[in-house]
Amino acid sequence: MKISKTMKIVNRLGLHARAAAQLVKTANLFTSEILIEKDEETVNAKSIMGILMLAAVCGSEITVNVDGDDAESAMQAVGELVENGFGED
Amino acid sequence: MVSAKIDIPQDTFLVGIGSSPGIAIGESFLLHRNRTTVVPRQITPEEVPGEVASFRRALKMSQVQLREVKDGVSDQRLVDHLYIIDTHLMILDDEMLVKDTISLIEKELLNAEAALQKTVRKFRDVFSSLEDEYLRDRQSDIDSVGDRILCNLTGETRQSLTDIDQKVVVIAHDLSPADTLQIDRKKIIGFVTDVGGRTSHTSILARSLGVPAVVGLETATALVPGGIPVIMDGTNGTLILNPSEMTFREYLRKKQDYEYQEQELLSYKELPAITRDGFRVSLQSNIELPMEISQALSQGTEGVGLMRSEFLFMGRPTPPDEEEQYHAYLEVVERMTPHPVTIRTLDVGGDKFVPEINLNDEMNPAMGLRGIRFSLNEKQMLNVQLRAILRASAQGPVRIMFPMLTGVAELRQCLEYLNAIKNELRTAGIKFDEKIPVGIMIETPAAALIADHLASEVDFFSIGTNDLIQYCLAVDRANEHVAYLYEPLHPAVLKALALICQAAEKNNIPVSMCGEMAGDPLYTLILLGLGINELSMNPSGLPRVKRILRQVDRSAGQKVIDEIFGLTTAQEVIQCLEKRMADLFPDLFGEPSF
Repeated sequence: MKISKTMKIVNRLGLHARAAAQLVKTANLFTSEILIEKDEETVNAKSIMGILMLAAVCGSEITVNVDGDDAESAMQAVGELVENGFGED
Repeated sequence: MVSAKIDIPQDTFLVGIGSSPGIAIGESFLLHRNRTTVVPRQITPEEVPGEVASFRRALKMSQVQLREVKDGVSDQRLVDHLYIIDTHLMILDDEMLVKDTISLIEKELLNAEAALQKTVRKFRDVFSSLEDEYLRDRQSDIDSVGDRILCNLTGETRQSLTDIDQKVVVIAHDLSPADTLQIDRKKIIGFVTDVGGRTSHTSILARSLGVPAVVGLETATALVPGGIPVIMDGTNGTLILNPSEMTFREYLRKKQDYEYQEQELLSYKELPAITRDGFRVSLQSNIELPMEISQALSQGTEGVGLMRSEFLFMGRPTPPDEEEQYHAYLEVVERMTPHPVTIRTLDVGGDKFVPEINLNDEMNPAMGLRGIRFSLNEKQMLNVQLRAILRASAQGPVRIMFPMLTGVAELRQCLEYLNAIKNELRTAGIKFDEKIPVGIMIETPAAALIADHLASEVDFFSIGTNDLIQYCLAVDRANEHVAYLYEPLHPAVLKALALICQAAEKNNIPVSMCGEMAGDPLYTLILLGLGINELSMNPSGLPRVKRILRQVDRSAGQKVIDEIFGLTTAQEVIQCLEKRMADLFPDLFGEPSF
């Protein structure tokens, strides 16, 4: 199953190390492939380097593309994390 | 090494970036970590599996080492920062790093060391080109992980901080966050590195640990041999080699003062800021982000005297919507309850420029469309913000503050507008604090001159000294040609402050101060004498100001006011004030700053 959703980074520091680490941890809980797209760049959500390199600051929009058996729950988990600002602010 | 000791003249000063405050006096310890030299070597296809296997083995070893570091941390202050090691563990596991390196070994037939180095360099280049300073500093994380793998590949044993068994100041090219986590405070009393920045993970950890640190002192390892006496000051970033007896004594005293004061000041944390004769001042904090609340609370804050809302609007293409603002305000309100939170409506323009908000180029931005003028011009944005603030006021004590007013008409416009929004909320059945106090920032000479008129229509005043001084003296303090004219103690400024405070007192409304003047202990007695009820400042300034307030009677403030109000130049006022403060508080103002 393939799902795609665009979301906004709301935490003040953006996808910095702590937030990126949380995202990778969450992504790794699922077997689905999770790709994150920003400004025509696509990285694997299971790669911390990739996520850091997106330089997704607060207010930027990312598109999450999930493909796999547990796509729905993966999308939900990632979505919640991003929406809640990684529990930061 | 012996000759180096002789070569270095006494009192050689080196300057880097002070990244963790405090003074350390001791012997230098040069951490030898020659950077592993990597020789690129063409390998044969038969060698490929062997190289890949050693690479994987090095990854595994690095993983085990980092896990050990992580498990070894028991200090509560550091537990919060363990995500840094998690990040490093993830880098080790990162498919980009692993795949790219293996692919270089396989396709370009490079030896593992060279392949790894090439991959690390590639990532490093990407990071160093990032605009965001914080993310850019993450290149140091990649470097330190890369170095660790490389060492494990070459089998080099690196000198570790855990091997040190004497009290020393460590001089190193760089320290990784993992190194810093292993610092034993009893042995390592401070460290100096060639590279690094204030926001590197290593600096963040040093501050949490309370280890003095100087970073970015480019030539430290080249110039400082091991085993010589050094003094380092993490507050201003200096390192002194072979100190003379005089310097040694000087810094020993500074160190003792610093440590004593830190200890002593914290003992005031839970006590109220009340003078000996019972005048109560509420000491509050200026904050920008909810994450600053914990530091403010740890310094004993009694509320947020200024929440600068413009930072919610920065670094993003569109302004935050009502929900987002509501949640940001709510978090601060909930965490500060029962203390009040004063939220200032958007204050852009002048030196507070938010590039994302399209302000046309103005000839004279400080006098242009800024502060409340901007908000009254962008009613929709103000509407959203006021609704969010009002909603948050249902959950705890909140005050609204309008910036940059110049007249009563403008104030009435704000109040009318606010009332309209309150009506909207009432009609919609949305809760808010019906008695929410509304105040204004007094930061223009116009507002100071008509403070009596304004005072009868608001619930509180807050004096924004930075702008008030600039407008009063017609000085842009960012302009190097005139910055010397920026004088907080100019008699005109003092007169303006007196007018504002008198108007507040006559109308029985509290007066607060939230500019830089509020946090500088040199001015505390003046502000006390003027009768200011509330001082809001950077949280780190709270203990010192509180200590001064608790040691005097209000009459001491009045006496200072009497002394300085007849003087005609800022210079005279400063001299008089400094002498008075040194007499009263020899331990805080007694020594000339060095």
